[in-house]
Parts: sequence; C-alpha cells; structure tokens
Amino acid sequence: MQTVSMNVNGKSVSGEVEDRTLLVEFLRENLRLTGTHVGCDTSQCGACVVHVDGVSVKSCTMLAAQADGSDVTTIEGLASNGDLHPMQQAFKDNHGLQCGFCTPGMVMSALDIVNRNGNNVDEATVRKELEGNICRCTGYHNIVKAVQAGAKNMGA
Amino acid sequence: MAVLTGDDLAADGIGPLICGVNVTSDDGEPHRAPVHPALAQGKVNYVGDHVAVVIAESLSQAKDAAEKVEIDYGVLPSVTDTATAAADGQQQIHDNAPNNMCYNWPFGDKAAVDAVFESAHKVSSLDLVNNRMVTNPMEPRAALGDYNSGTEEITLHVTTQNPHVHRLVLSAFNQLAPEHKLRVVGPDVGGGFGAKIFVYAEELVVGWSCRKVNRPVKWTGDRTEAFLADAHGRDHVAHAEMALDENGKFLAMRVNTTANLGAYLSTFATMVPSYLYAFLLAGQYSTPLIYSEVKAVFTNTAPVDACRGAGRPEATFLLERLVDVCAEDMGLDPAEIRRRNFIPVDAFPYQTPVVQCYDSGDYPAALDKALALADYDGFSARAEEAKSRGKRRGVGLSFYVEACGIAPSAAVGQLGAGVGLWESAQVRFNPTGNVQVFTGTHSHGQGHETTFAQLVTEQLGVPIENIEVIHGDTAKTQFGMGTYGSRSLAVGGVAIAKACEKLIEKGKKIAAHALEAAEGDIEFADGNFTVAGTDKAMNIAEVAFNAYVPHSYPEGLEPGFDENAFFDPMNFSFPAGTHVCEVEVDPETGVVKIIKYSAVDDFGKLINPMIVEGQVHGGIVHGVGQALLEGCQYDSDGQLITASYMDYAMPRADNVPSFDVDYAPTDPPHNPLGVKGCGEAGAIGAPPAVINAITNALGIKHIDMPATPENVWRAAQSAS
Repeated sequence: MQTVSMNVNGKSVSGEVEDRTLLVEFLRENLRLTGTHVGCDTSQCGACVVHVDGVSVKSCTMLAAQADGSDVTTIEGLASNGDLHPMQQAFKDNHGLQCGFCTPGMVMSALDIVNRNGNNVDEATVRKELEGNICRCTGYHNIVKAVQAGAKNMGA
Repeated sequence: MAVLTGDDLAADGIGPLICGVNVTSDDGEPHRAPVHPALAQGKVNYVGDHVAVVIAESLSQAKDAAEKVEIDYGVLPSVTDTATAAADGQQQIHDNAPNNMCYNWPFGDKAAVDAVFESAHKVSSLDLVNNRMVTNPMEPRAALGDYNSGTEEITLHVTTQNPHVHRLVLSAFNQLAPEHKLRVVGPDVGGGFGAKIFVYAEELVVGWSCRKVNRPVKWTGDRTEAFLADAHGRDHVAHAEMALDENGKFLAMRVNTTANLGAYLSTFATMVPSYLYAFLLAGQYSTPLIYSEVKAVFTNTAPVDACRGAGRPEATFLLERLVDVCAEDMGLDPAEIRRRNFIPVDAFPYQTPVVQCYDSGDYPAALDKALALADYDGFSARAEEAKSRGKRRGVGLSFYVEACGIAPSAAVGQLGAGVGLWESAQVRFNPTGNVQVFTGTHSHGQGHETTFAQLVTEQLGVPIENIEVIHGDTAKTQFGMGTYGSRSLAVGGVAIAKACEKLIEKGKKIAAHALEAAEGDIEFADGNFTVAGTDKAMNIAEVAFNAYVPHSYPEGLEPGFDENAFFDPMNFSFPAGTHVCEVEVDPETGVVKIIKYSAVDDFGKLINPMIVEGQVHGGIVHGVGQALLEGCQYDSDGQLITASYMDYAMPRADNVPSFDVDYAPTDPPHNPLGVKGCGEAGAIGAPPAVINAITNALGIKHIDMPATPENVWRAAQSAS
C-alpha cells in the first residue's frame, strides 16, 4: 500500500492504494467519482477517459500511483455552478447519448479533440479521433454532430 | 471469505436455469432441454460455464483467491461448428439430446413446395452463414444482492431489461425467494440489445449467496466475462432456394437452416430461430408458398439467444441476399424484381404463408423515396468515376418487414411461450397536480422518460416538466413485462394512453359536479374540462386536487386520481423499410468504405422523431458491424478466440458515415396510437444492404459476413 495525492477536479485528494490499483479504480472506489466508467479490460472502449495534466488518458491503463501529483479532470469536473459545459450541453441538445454509459468518455475525448484541432474541427477528423471510444447505441451520427456543435460553442 | 459450489446451491434447493418457450420437434416431442445448473456439477460444457463463486471483502482479494481454486479438468472432445454439430460421430454434449439436436422444426407444406420447384421456370439458390455476434451493450452485466434478515427480503440490483420477469423467473423456477420477498431493481442500465433480458447464473448466485453469507454481495462483469458468458446472437448456417416464373415472380421458397443454440438453452433461446425467424421469411413479397426446416443444435459454446432483431435479421439477410441472386439470375434490376413481387398496397391485411398477418404497409412508397434519397439513378456515373480511381462502387438494396411490438398473449401462448406479453401502466396524479407515470416497460437507452412524458402531455395536457416516468424497480411499479422486441411504445405506450383515458372519464364526473353541469356536457381538451358551449372550465390539476380533497364531490365516486391499465395487443406491429447502401471497395486492400447510407422506414406515427432517428442510426451501425466487422469465433477445441475488443471488432466512428433517414409511414389499424416499433429496424435492414452492395461492387454472387478486408480482398482477387 502507498499513499497517492493528486488534484482531482480542483480539489486536493489523497488515499491509500495498492501498487496495482488503477487510476480508474482510485477515482471510482476511493473518491466515489463513478461518472468515469469501465467498459472493457483492454483499453479499447474509452468509457474511462479522463484528463491528466490536460491530456486525455484511458484511466484503466494508468496506475493510480502514476497520477501522483497530477491534475486530474473527470466528467464530474466539467459543469460549473449547475451549468453544463458547452460540450455536455451539445451532447444533450443533439441527442448524442442513449444509454449514457460511453458518454463520459466521449465527452472527455471530445474536449481533447477540440483542444488539439480547434473549434471548427471537421467530421472526418472527429470520426478518426473518436476511434478509441466505442458506443453501441447511437451509431455515432449524433455524437459526431454533438462534438462539432460543442466545439463551435466552446469558441463562441 | 467464502467459496461456494453447485453442491451448495443444490443443497439449498435452488433450481436450474430455464428456457421459457416450448418448440415441438418433428417427432412430436418437446424440444430437448438439458439441465442447466447455475454452478456446474461434475461437467462444464463451454468456456464461460460457471464453476464456483468466491466471495471476499474486495475485488482484488476475490480475484487472488479465485486463482487458488483448483479445478481438476479432464478434457472431453468438443463440438463448436454449427454446420456439423449434429453429424454422426460427434461428441454428445447432453445425454437427453441425441445427435446434439434441440429440435428439428419443419414449417409449411413440403410436398406442395417441392412440386412447384419441380416445374418452375428458374430456381435460384444460395448457401449462407449468419455470423455469430456478441451483443456487447457497453455496460457489462452486474448484480448486487442485499438480504434483510428481519424482513427475509432479498433486494437484487441487476442489469436487466425486465425486472419483473427476472423476479418471476427467479421466484417461480429457481426458488430463490417468494415473489413478495424478492425486490428486483435496475432503473438505469447501460444498454441491453437483448443480452440483459435473460436470467443468468451470476444473478441467481448473487441473490442466493447474499442470504447465505448474510452480507451484501456484488458482482460486476468485466468485458472478457461478457464475451465468455453473455448470451450470444445469430449463428445460422442455411441453404435457401427460390422458384421463379419467367417474369421473375416468386412461386415458392424453400429454406433449410441449422441454428446454433450453444451449450445450454438461455431464457428465450428456442423461439429465436423458430417463431421469430421462419415466420418472417415472407418479407415484403407475395411468395405464395414457403417451406422452412430449422435444426437447432447444441455446441460447446456460450448460449445463444436474442440479440437486437432476434431471428428477424437472420430471416431478412437470407431473403434479401437470395432475392439479389434471383435478380442476377433473371437479368433484372434488384429494385425491379422487388417491385414485381411486393405485396400490393391494397392487399392489406395480408395473410402470409408463414402465420403472420401484416396489418399495414406501403412498400413501393418506401422504395421510391429511398431510391430518390440515395440518388439511385446517379449511381452508374459515380461507379464510373470510382473506376477511374481504381475503386469499385456497389449499391445494395434491402427490404425488411419485422414483427415486433411483441406480442398478443394468446398468439405467443399458442406457440409455446410461458408468459403473456401484455404491458401495464399506472398514471398517478399527486394532489398538487404533478403526475407520476409507472410503466412496466424498461428504458436502458431508449429515452422512454421523454417519449412517455410527451405522450402523457399530449393525452392530458399536463406540462411535460410536471411529469415523471418511473420504471425499473419491482417495489415501485406494477408487474410489467419489460423492454425487448421493439414493444415499449407499441404496447407499453398504449397502456399509458388507456390509463390516461380512464383519468379523463373520471375527471369528467368530478368536473361536472364542480361546474354544476351534466357529465355528458363536459368536454376535455388541452388539460381543461369545459362545459360545452360555455366558458366554464376546470383544469385537470384542479380536478386532481378535488379528487384528493373530496369535500364537494360526486356521490358514490371513489376519491383519488390514479388509474392503471393493461394492454394486450391484438396483433404484432409490422414496421418495414427500404435501406440503400453505397460502398466503395478498394480491390488492392479489400477495405470497404460506406459512402452513403439511406434508410426509409415505416414506423407509423412518430412521437419523438429525434429519438426514433437515434434508434435507426444505432441499429444501422449494429447491422454494419455484423456485415463488415463482427465475428465471434471459437476454435475447434472450444476456446473463444475473440474474447476482447482487441480480437472482436466493434464498429467505431470511423467505420461509418452519417446517415440519411426518412419515413414512409402507414397507419397500423391494430394499434390505438398508430405506432410501430423502431428499435431493431436498423440491425435488420443493414446487413443485407451492405453485403448486396459489396457483391454488386465486385460482381460476385455472395460473400459471407463479416466482409473483413481479408475476405473482401480474397473475393476481389478470385473475381478479377
């Protein structure tokens, strides 16, 4: 066991973890931030995407210990004062989710896509960059629309 | 820490897992049903079969302990191949299922069909495989059991599409606890697509063991467990033949199918390749005679059951591929041969030769609209342009009818189902005028909370923000049958509307009394009860308040404003549609790119078009996944070699385009709301549209699914 400390959604947190504890386990079990989901065990589905020091990371593929001292943002850290983040709002407005299980990872990946490709990111780029996030419900059509709409709104 | 086995389960009188639908085999006997203990006793029959349960304080502790459980396996020969499972000399999996046969189920007049084939102008035929899929809702299954020793009640939180069905089966067949001592909770489930209809070993074991150890017990499946132990879908091998006259009219169809049911029968396994498959083989066509024979076989693989579409995608893929082969054989355009064989618009209600009586449809209308949407006429110019770049374009059409909105209870009872398939609703006004809608259906991504609230707003005129839709907890809602088979609106929605009607009828009595008018003079519209021809009116919220504070109230009328209703449909719902897929194949790499996908569906009246469109998108990609990417593979030793997303290719955002979706609705006379189901349509329509496009592009007769780059490259090489 060891103690890890990090800044999660703007708050300093620390906890006791085993060496093998994954970041997603620390977030979900220790911090009860259950918005970050686990949909597979091979780093493929992307339901667990969070941001670590501003970069999107599959939190099932990182040990909690590796995030020691980092700034972590999860889906719970996006809304402020009860207002959804523009990307969350775009998913809502465009029916970009059905069961909602993949959504936290989709939104966190979408923000990273906007960070790297700007507010006018095109459909082909969004589709290519979302390749690491699997959705079984939506057929991606409305997710792609939502990401593009959210990207625009973030620049407005 | 506890380790429990099948002996512990049996000692506590817990019954085996069951299949609830009987299919009578051709020998007159019921289908063969092997005993399926939730924890194996002496023999395991597939990789993923459940052996023992380890209960510990933490997941990592339990996993470490599970590593230390030693199981002394002796290896038996295994049977995994669908086509040869019933062949002579195969290992016998179950003593009570000779030749690994669950049933052989013939349907139709074989002699009459054979006679037509003998004298037909032309016979077109095709061998095809419907590839095994792993259903893969994104949230893996989970269960959490909590036993209250004071009340002797088990609360079982479970990923389910039908909480009351879970409670009923676990109580009546598994003897887990009496129904009134078992609460099943699952209100917010991350996708289902069929895989969460069924009662699984883990759920029974969690419910039982929480009482045994008198501690809450939680299990969360990981993705590998989902691949190994969720019920899989499809897995047919078939031979199909069509007899045609000289004008390309279909005279008779003959189909021979072997369906793999896996090692044991999952909850509804037997009905999928029988009633949900053979009864859909007419499609949109007026083929007068159909003969089908289905052999359902056991193999050493995970149980196979309903997966989005369940039987109907298999029927549609077979039929729509066969019709394309017919078109080629007759030298007709694929659209033209369909036009010649469509059930005419004036022929509805139309009795097919395979039980189903279609209530409504206009297939030419959907075809015309779809061809326009897809710019079918412009295809040859686009194909020429692609050719100049060394690519091959193809266009594929697919036409489907599905029977959903399941189902009339008497009809499914006659067929051998152990349950009725009505639906229930309760619509409750609270004294302050807001409304709680309790539905027996279940939402795991379908957005019922929105659609049903819209429906109640439309019926009762209550603002949508004052309506709450509640489902997914046997302690909150009345008994209901859950969500599958695109039934929620077509059956459950009607139950809600009927409860609303009862409220309006009662409200008229209350308003008449309060407004000092005759009940017959009260009209209801937009949330207001009005005395006809006057401006005297009362809002429904005021009526509700009067009903709960009945100081001045009609004599003899019960207080309260809270009604329930059950609806048993009179017929299935028959959505239909035309899907058009245009692909570009790179013959050098075998990569298939979907350039354009157009879908025109008949879902009757739409209540929330945005949600319906989302269902269509999702269904199409499920079908594209089956056509291009997804293929569940066991090796001959019974190992599942596609047990992760590294090995099993799920469709991703860059595998598909955006879609063009439109509608050609007809009004179903059997449905009081005029609605048809939409949840499975895409998964039914897409696979043949995609494969027909690829065969068109390459000029080949057939390619099996999944049409991976390797398979397509090989086909392109041998075609050129």
